[in-house]
Amino acid sequence: MSSIAKTNVINLTEEEFVHPGNRACTGCGLSILYRIGMKALGRDCIFVVPPSCLTVLQGLYPISATQMPVLNCTFASTAAIATGVRAAMKRRGKKTQVVAWAGDGGTADIGIQALSGALERNEDIIYICYDNEAYMNTGVQRSGTTPRRGLTTTTPYSGKKENSKNVPEIVAAHNPAYIATCSASYPLDFHDKLLKAKEIRGLKYIHIQTPCPPGWGIEEHKTVAIGRMAVESGLFDLYEIENGKKQLTGQSSKQLKKKSLRPVGDYINLQTRYNAYDEEHVIALQAMIDRKWEKYRKEFSQE
Amino acid sequence: MNNSFIESGNVAAALAVKLASAEVIAAYPITPQTPVTEKLSEMITLGEMDAEYIAVESEHSALGVCIGAASAGARSFTATSSNGLLYMSEQLHWAAGARLPMVMCVVNRGVGAPWSVWNDHQDAISQRDAGWIQVFAKDHQEIVDMTIKAFRLAELVHIPVMVNYDGYYLSHTYMPFELPNAEDVKAFLPDYEYKHTLNPERPESLNTVTLPDARVDINGVKRPGYMEVRKNLHDEMRLAMDVWEEIDADYHKSFGRGGNPICDPYCCDDAEFILVAMGSLANQFHDVVDQLRAEGYKVGVLALQMYRPFPTSHIAKILQPAKSVLVFEKGLSYGNQGALYADLKSALYPYPARPTLHNFITGLGGREIRTENLYQSVKDTCLNEETLKPEHIDTPQWIGLQL
Amino acid sequence: MPDPRFKILTSASTSGPGDAGRTGSWRVERPIIDYSKCTPAKTGRHTCHLCWLYCPDSTVSKDLEPQIDLEYCKGCSICAEECPTGAISMVSEEEFTGGDKDE
Repeated sequence: MSSIAKTNVINLTEEEFVHPGNRACTGCGLSILYRIGMKALGRDCIFVVPPSCLTVLQGLYPISATQMPVLNCTFASTAAIATGVRAAMKRRGKKTQVVAWAGDGGTADIGIQALSGALERNEDIIYICYDNEAYMNTGVQRSGTTPRRGLTTTTPYSGKKENSKNVPEIVAAHNPAYIATCSASYPLDFHDKLLKAKEIRGLKYIHIQTPCPPGWGIEEHKTVAIGRMAVESGLFDLYEIENGKKQLTGQSSKQLKKKSLRPVGDYINLQTRYNAYDEEHVIALQAMIDRKWEKYRKEFSQE
Repeated sequence: MNNSFIESGNVAAALAVKLASAEVIAAYPITPQTPVTEKLSEMITLGEMDAEYIAVESEHSALGVCIGAASAGARSFTATSSNGLLYMSEQLHWAAGARLPMVMCVVNRGVGAPWSVWNDHQDAISQRDAGWIQVFAKDHQEIVDMTIKAFRLAELVHIPVMVNYDGYYLSHTYMPFELPNAEDVKAFLPDYEYKHTLNPERPESLNTVTLPDARVDINGVKRPGYMEVRKNLHDEMRLAMDVWEEIDADYHKSFGRGGNPICDPYCCDDAEFILVAMGSLANQFHDVVDQLRAEGYKVGVLALQMYRPFPTSHIAKILQPAKSVLVFEKGLSYGNQGALYADLKSALYPYPARPTLHNFITGLGGREIRTENLYQSVKDTCLNEETLKPEHIDTPQWIGLQL
Repeated sequence: MPDPRFKILTSASTSGPGDAGRTGSWRVERPIIDYSKCTPAKTGRHTCHLCWLYCPDSTVSKDLEPQIDLEYCKGCSICAEECPTGAISMVSEEEFTGGDKDE
C-alpha cells in the first residue's frame, strides 16, 4: 500500500496562498490544483514559472496573485532556472523548496531538454507539470500531450493524428527520486504527494492532469467531474514510482478490486474536443484501457 | 608575492573567476571556450574553488541556471562562444531586462553557417542590442583585470556584463600576466546582492507580464510600464560608463593597472590617421603604427575597450581632430556596414568638422590577418586619401580575400 | 550592493487580490446556499466542506454556514455541481442587480 499521508477536507489547512480576483478562467482546473497544492508546500518556497496559464493566473505586473516568490522565465528553460535557484539556496544554506510549475508545453515539448538535463543531474527540486493536454494559454493549440484525435486549433476537423507522449514514462527512464501522477479532480491526493515529495531529496516529478473547460469543450461546472471520469474510467491513472517500483494510489488503487470500470464513453462524449471520435474509436480506446487494467490486476495483485 | 603566470587566455579567465569568488558556474563546452569550463570544473573538484559547478545540457540552460542563481542571491558565471552565444540569445535579453548582475566571458568565434571554429567578432556584435554591457580585452592581463572589474560593475549597476576575448589569438596562446591576491580581490568585490533577491520572507513575483501602460500596484502606487523599464535600462547603461571609470580608478589604486578603461590610445595625440579596432587586433596594429611613424606618417591606433554602452563622447573627443579614421573590424551588420564603423560614424556626425571614415572588414572565420596587409591598407589609404571616391569611402573594404 | 544612483527598474510584483479587478463581475449566475440542506450548517459540525475544497478561487469560506465572497466569485458553479446534498443552486445575476448591471 502507498505510504502517503491522509489529509482530508476537514484537516486540510484553511490558510490560503493565492489571492482571488486573478485572471484564471472561470472553473479553471489549474486554479484548484494550484490552490490546494500550495497548502502542502507552505510559504518557504520559490516557484519557477514559464509561459503558461499560470503566468496569467499568477498576475500581471505589478500585482501578483501568488503569495510566494515567483521567478518567471523563458519557455524552454524552466528546469534550468529551477536548477539555478536551487544552487543559490544551497550556497545560502537554505532549505527553501524550489518548485517548478510548468504546463505540458513547457515540460514535454519546448521544455523537455532542460527537464531531461535536470533529471540526469537529479536536481533537488519539485517539478510539477500541470497537463491540460494542449497549449491552452495561447488558445488551444496541440501539444505533445494532446490525445490522439483530439481537436485543437492546429489539429482541426479530424483531430491530432499522433498519439500523445507519455511524459511520466519519459521521466521514469531518467530514474529520478520520485514520480507521481495526479489529477486536479483529486486535489487531496496531489496535496499529500507534495507533502511526501518535500521530504525526498533529488528530482521529484509530478504530472497532474488538469481539466480545462474552454480547451476541452466542457461546461465550467464540470471541471472536477470530468477529471474524476478520466480516473474512474481507468484512462488516466494515479500512481507513484519510487526506486523503479510503480504503485497505484488513491482512487486508481481502489479500482483494482473492481471487475469493470466506468465506461470511457462517459468521459469522451462530454467533451467537444473529442468530436472527431466515432463509436469505433471509443470502442478501440475502451479495449486499450481494458487491456491495461488486465495487466494492472495481475501486476498489482500481490499488494 | 609572485603572482606571475604564463598561461593561456582561457586559464587566465578561469583564474579571474576563481578570484572573483563566483559561486554558481554553469557552462556548456564549445570551442574555443572549452578550457575555461574545464579549468573551473577542475578547480572546484579539487576544492581550490568553493562553488557549485552545474554541468548543463545546453547554453540556453547555462544562462538559465545563472539567471536562476543570480535571481536567488548567488554570484554566477558562464562562458561561451559563437553559436552557443546565439543559442542563449533570448536569455541574454532576459537577463538584461531583469537587471541581473552577472558576468559572462565570450571567447569570440565566427558563427555558422558555414561552421567555423575560428576567431571573429560576429557572435558578440550580433548581440549588441540585447542590453548587455560589452567590453573587449586585448591581452591576457586585460582578461584577468576586466573580468574582476566586470563583477563589480555588474553588481553596482545591475546590468549583465560580457567580457569578450579573441578565440585562439587570446584563448589558446600563452602570455605572461599577474594575478592579484585573493584577499585583495575580496576587498575589492563586496558580497553579491541582487535588488530583488527571491526571498519567501519578502515575496515578489519577478519578470511577470508587463502591460504597455503604467499600472497601479496593490498600494495604489503607479508602477512603470514596459517602456519605462526599457528606457531605464538604456539610461542606466549610459550611466554605467561613469561607474566603469570609477571602478578602473579604484582598481588602479589597488592593483596598479588600468587607466584607460573605455578607450586605449597609442600614438593618437598628434595623429592625422587614427586606426580603430577592438580586441587583440588593436595590439597587432602597434607594429603597423611604429613602422608608418618611422616612415613619417602620423598614425595612431585606438583600442576600443568598452563597446556597449557605446562611449560616444570619449570616441568623438579622440577622433574628431584627426584627418582620417580607419575602422578595422571582424564582423559586420550584413546588408549595411561594420557595426563598429556605423556606431562611430554616428558619434562623429554632430561635428561640423570631422575626419573621413573608412571601414575595413578583416579576419572573418579566422582568416589570417597579416600585419603586412594591415600596413599596406593603412598606407594606401594615407596615400590615396585625396583621390578616393565618396562611395568607396562609406563602403566596407575587405582585407585578406583569397579568391 | 547596487549603486544608489541607479533606480534599477524591472518587473517585480507584490501580492494582493484583484489582479483582474472585481472578478465577481464575470458572473452570469451566483451560488445560493440552502443551509437547511448544507451538512455542516445542519449538523453544526465541521464536515463535508467540498464547496470550499473545490472552489478554484477560494471564495467559499470553511464556516459552518459557508459564505461566498461575491467580490471575486466567478460563478463557475463547481460548488453547486459537487455539493453532495444539492444545497447550492445557481441563480441568475439579474435577480440581484436588476436588468442593467452597472457594477
